[in-house]
Amino acid sequence: MIQKVLIANRGEIAARIIRSCQKMGIRTVAVYSDADQNAPYVKMADEGYLIGPPRVNESYLNVDKIVAAAKDSGADAIHPGYGFLSENEDFVKRCQDEGLIFIGPSSDVIKQMGSKIAARKAMQQAGVPVVPGTDGAVASLEEAMETAQSIGYPVMLKASAGGGGIGMQIVASEDELAKAFENNSKRALTFFGDGSMFIEKKLENARHIEIQILADQHGNVIHLFERECSIQRRNQKVIEEAPSAFISEKTRKQMGEAAINAAIALRYSNAGTIEFLVDENENFYFLEMNTRIQVEHPVTEEITGLDIVEQQLKIAQGERLHFTQEDIKINGHAMEARIYAEDPVTFFPSPGHITKFDIPTGKAVRNELAVTEKSDVTPFYDPMIGKLIVRGETRQESISLLKQALAQYKIEGIKTNIPMLLKVVDLEQFKMGNTTTDFVQKHYLPLVQTN
Amino acid sequence: MELKANMAGNVWKITVNQGDKVESGQDVVILESMKMEIPIAAEEAGTVAELKVNEGDFVNEGDVIAVID
Repeated sequence: MIQKVLIANRGEIAARIIRSCQKMGIRTVAVYSDADQNAPYVKMADEGYLIGPPRVNESYLNVDKIVAAAKDSGADAIHPGYGFLSENEDFVKRCQDEGLIFIGPSSDVIKQMGSKIAARKAMQQAGVPVVPGTDGAVASLEEAMETAQSIGYPVMLKASAGGGGIGMQIVASEDELAKAFENNSKRALTFFGDGSMFIEKKLENARHIEIQILADQHGNVIHLFERECSIQRRNQKVIEEAPSAFISEKTRKQMGEAAINAAIALRYSNAGTIEFLVDENENFYFLEMNTRIQVEHPVTEEITGLDIVEQQLKIAQGERLHFTQEDIKINGHAMEARIYAEDPVTFFPSPGHITKFDIPTGKAVRNELAVTEKSDVTPFYDPMIGKLIVRGETRQESISLLKQALAQYKIEGIKTNIPMLLKVVDLEQFKMGNTTTDFVQKHYLPLVQTN
Repeated sequence: MELKANMAGNVWKITVNQGDKVESGQDVVILESMKMEIPIAAEEAGTVAELKVNEGDFVNEGDVIAVID
């Protein structure tokens, strides 16, 4: 049994993990950088260890410091949260070598899912549909053109090592491809040290819909239905909801089964998420697998009544799942809005000092927070300062609860995306459920850029 | 022409040298803030007359990064 967990993370997710540990009677150890000394999550933990200067390479990515803190504190397990070291195969191996339980899957699975090309191959073998495109990097512009020709324009040009939308571009013609190929390859080389590119079919009017799974170490796998996360800016999610208003019961079942098959084929254990793109005809295609807790996990918790972090801890200590697929039911509709410290129109980060911080309250409202009044939002980490989650009986009720709660949210001293969120939830297209991944460009930006 | 920072953050990389010829749309510096890297590109073709920042510097929104003639 796990007695003490070190949380190798910060912000709202560290606080979230500490809450589940406390509920289960597990002691907690926080680690923090110089920039996070006064962060709420540090105060919540039983113990705290300063692990270095603000820059992530010297603190939250510093494996030696984190392992030393785990040893000094007598922790027997490490929860990685999301981001940072959560999908780092070397860190998982190091934990094993040090006799620490890593709350997550094996290093092999992480390695496989971390490579876009290897992940695609594994999914094809498991019988999960993938987006039409190249199975590996294209060697030259000529090869890129041939591939694009055969799958048909428009195509997505992507950097193999890419992330955060960098090195990625939609191309509609051969001319555009010729221009974009070299630029993006060069940019990917600057950013990731790897300029190799691959090509995928650009799906029209696609939605981002993902399946949450739970898999124990004894081969039992269930899914917790889907989350729709199509409202994005800069290829990052902004509003998520469960269930999806778009897919039919039949598609829901097929996607759930595909996700379970993938997890079984990978011999996966832990909570995990299989992300899909779903086209206008409800065809779904594998996008990527996240082998960790997801930012938007609360919407699934709200409709299933399960505590996913608690499940992760139980799985990590070798317990079997206590329920079967038939036990899991969708109850109501939940939505999450991510609160970002950023300009609501350009989406550029806005670090600074928070002078006023009033959050919404109420029975249907759940807040996950990284900051409080008087917090400094530093330029060193992700701009997400909180998550606002609501649960209603129907999607319509969820939307009106979210709208009310957003209107109560008052943050001063920094810019936030709250004005954007308020506009989005009020758009007719959003209310109708026309939530495709180009929603922000198509329906929100024209509204604010003409003003 | 002055090239300005469009967000607060650290100068992550400078991709040109003083005296270099740059094309319109070419990256001059890459800013980094909150896990986001934002390339700042030249708006017009020209020569880099002056670089006002060093890698690792912190800049505020609106600060001049480079002068391009």
